[in-house]
Amino acid sequence: MAGNHFKILQLSRRRALTVLGGVACAGLLPAAASATPAEAEAMIKSLIGAAAPAEGKIQLKLPQIADNGATVPLRVTVDSPMTEADHVKVIHVVAEGNPAPGVASFHFTPRSGKADVSTRIRLGKTQYVHAVAVMNNGSVWHAKEEVKVTVGGC
Amino acid sequence: MAAANAKIKVPEKAKKGEVIEIKTSIVHDMESGQRKDSGDKLIPRRIINKFQCKYNGVEVFRMDMQSAVAANPYISFFTVATESGKIELMWYDDNGEVYTATSQIIVE
Repeated sequence: MAGNHFKILQLSRRRALTVLGGVACAGLLPAAASATPAEAEAMIKSLIGAAAPAEGKIQLKLPQIADNGATVPLRVTVDSPMTEADHVKVIHVVAEGNPAPGVASFHFTPRSGKADVSTRIRLGKTQYVHAVAVMNNGSVWHAKEEVKVTVGGC
Repeated sequence: MAAANAKIKVPEKAKKGEVIEIKTSIVHDMESGQRKDSGDKLIPRRIINKFQCKYNGVEVFRMDMQSAVAANPYISFFTVATESGKIELMWYDDNGEVYTATSQIIVE
């Protein structure tokens, strides 16, 4: 009899812990919903105008799997001699699964020497990250990379 | 302008025309504006929204940032060592403050 009673107590304690754990997790979740690929595309359009981006020229380096979405290393390089006649003007980075799609824009001049930047970004969930480079002659290049996010951080 | 609570790595010497790397990291929460406090109220956004590098007064690199840049923003970029002088790094906070860090470079 006493043994049974103990068992019931143990079960309920375990259940109580599970419920508490769930509440703690919910508190950490971001309040806003995610952007969609369509919103990301619209954002890219608003940044580059009517230009049609071609694939290539950009190397977008991100981890395939990010354990911690709160700080994901990102490196973008663009093949360009970075001369007065031929250089990258700007690289835009857009994340299609974050609460807001915009991430950052990097502005260069021929004095940058090379178009090669690194930073750390936040990713809310598994998603594609896009990079769009605008050259001084008006041509636009695009690349995307998927990152599997274990724990989102926004 | 306030002194930046930042770590910066700028070469002290370079050859003329050399492409040098500049690395920076500043202490900042980058509060995204999407988190809620214990009372379920949204914590207002407060991020560094712009970073700028000036070489003897001329902008050579700039980064516009959104909430999706991680806390304590780290940035690495390059510039051409053109002449001796001052490399100035500036971070622009949402609250209007500008944090600066300055480094001297000798170009031979």
